Amino acid sequence: MLQRLKEIDMLDLFLWVFRTVILVVVVWGTIATIIENPYPTQTWMETIVAGIAQGSLYALIAIGYTLVYGVLFMINFAHGEFFMSGIMTATIFLAGPMSASGYLDRHPYLGLLWITLVTMVVSTAIAVLTERVAYRPLRYAPRLVPLITAIGASFFWQNYFRGLFGSEVKPFPQIAPFAGKITLGSIVVLKTHLVVIIAAILMLIGLYFFVMKTKTGKAIRAVAENKDVAALMGIDVDRAISSTFALGASMAGIAGVLYALVFRQIHFFMGFIPGIKAFTAAVLGGIGSIPGAALGGLFLGMFESVGPGLFLEGLGIPAPHQLKDVIAFTMLVLVLIFRPQGILGERLAEEKA
Amino acid sequence: MPMLEVENIHAYYGNIQALRGISLTVEEGEIVTLIGANGAGKTTTLRAISRLVPLREGTIKYRGDDLAQFKPHELVYHGIAMVPEGRGIFAKLTVAENLDMGAYSRTDTEGIQEDLERIFGLFPRLKERRNQVAGTLSGGEQQMLATARALMARPQLLLMDEPSMGLAPILVESIFQTIQDINAEGTTILLVEQNATMALQVAHRGYVLQTGEIVLADSAAKLQQNEMVQKAYLGIE
Ligand SMILES: Nc1ncnc2c1ncn2[C@@H]1O[C@H](COP(=O)(O)OP(=O)(O)O)[C@@H](O)[C@H]1O
Ligand SMILES: [Mg+2]
Repeated sequence: MLQRLKEIDMLDLFLWVFRTVILVVVVWGTIATIIENPYPTQTWMETIVAGIAQGSLYALIAIGYTLVYGVLFMINFAHGEFFMSGIMTATIFLAGPMSASGYLDRHPYLGLLWITLVTMVVSTAIAVLTERVAYRPLRYAPRLVPLITAIGASFFWQNYFRGLFGSEVKPFPQIAPFAGKITLGSIVVLKTHLVVIIAAILMLIGLYFFVMKTKTGKAIRAVAENKDVAALMGIDVDRAISSTFALGASMAGIAGVLYALVFRQIHFFMGFIPGIKAFTAAVLGGIGSIPGAALGGLFLGMFESVGPGLFLEGLGIPAPHQLKDVIAFTMLVLVLIFRPQGILGERLAEEKA
Repeated sequence: MPMLEVENIHAYYGNIQALRGISLTVEEGEIVTLIGANGAGKTTTLRAISRLVPLREGTIKYRGDDLAQFKPHELVYHGIAMVPEGRGIFAKLTVAENLDMGAYSRTDTEGIQEDLERIFGLFPRLKERRNQVAGTLSGGEQQMLATARALMARPQLLLMDEPSMGLAPILVESIFQTIQDINAEGTTILLVEQNATMALQVAHRGYVLQTGEIVLADSAAKLQQNEMVQKAYLGIE
């Protein structure tokens, strides 16, 4: 008994020290930065807008993790590849040729619309196919099995697209109306950032409406709660699960287009880091919760963007912006330890098996 | 031809045999009850009819059609609905959304609206709470919701798994009254119950299930008089 008490104490002590150290670093760094004041207000504003844009991308991708987790209690690690596959295909077959022929300059909006449509169709098709072939047969297998399969599917699609389109970085063309910056009151922001933020907000609202109000959306929520009972209602559970993957993947597809607008570089490996970050965002917001995914994404994007300058600069750490991934993953670890249910969600591992 | 004809069904969970050759029939318009102790196989029988548990042997026919050809989600389109054990309401959906899901198989918007009004008449509490998340309802209200939701499918055959479980005595009375009302409106009912006293009062016929086998089958009145039933299930010495 005493032994056990001691162990708990040691663990609590360790966690307490861990939490305190991080808190001290953050507070100390922030104070030091504020005193030093290395950047003008304008820079902070731009950093915040960039953070919101980055966070919007994470939010759109995180939706897919959260939706699939909601119905299957599975972390779909191939989701980053759904994000990559659509925009990769659209870049090779549409954006590249349209740019070369000058079509994209003459009809930038229509061109972007085509690119978006093809991206969504491909991302969705890849997702539905992956679910059908790789996940559905394992529906009743122990939870670890589909998880490993998802990692396998991720490798498969990465290498498939590398084999198909090569491993070099492909440029995504500049779309004229979105080039350059725009002045909003006293701050200057990249037009692409503005596009990303507005598009993400519209998509998230649309998605929320779809899930809450449409028959398919309600069926997805019913399936998420109880598959057998959902079937008794006449809901085709397999179809609802397919729809869930399609919905998440179409959001990832849109995120792919927005990513391409901002970064203008397409690569077979491009889904990996955003995928993991979006997963972090989903966990942060509470996996299974749609508003949680949106909030988590936004939070992570902001943290990553503002964090290095705010907490690390003041500590005299050189090139703090290179450490944004460290911040993101430290945050994942912290959330998993101290609040595994995330901001809005339920507990990750327990409950529902 | 009976509406439902279950013939010699065997079902397993892994290596454990839960049903050992169950046969029963339900005629159109009847209330038939299946009584038996905990673990006798009542739920498994209903789940087998609903195609949620695979059969190792035997057939289930509904209006002459073998149900083996249908997937679970197709049954409700043929008029079979179920109130599952433990209610199985969608706790995160609102009361109204739960009822929507009950009518998922239907496309006749006007008919659905009519049935909704009728059901709100039957369960006024649900009307008051229609916009409330179902998980916040009391046990009795959840049971009403599970029943109401099944009725929204406008079923011809309703399978009910222990609708009185965990309810206060006054609510038990009202649930059984509802069962009789539903039946009077033309719905055939196969009622699984541990509360044999009440079940045999409302049912026309009954089957007694013991460790996966039917040990008695008779009219409800006769079963009430049966010494073994009285002793084992009705608490009469
Ligand atoms: N999911 C399951 N896995 C393994 N055994 C089960 C499962 N469900 C029921 N059983 C077993 O099958 C038998 C019948 O159970 P059930 O049909 O639930 O009985 P009842 O509804 O009459 O209480 C019991 O012995 C029970 O332990
Ligand atoms: Mg039971």
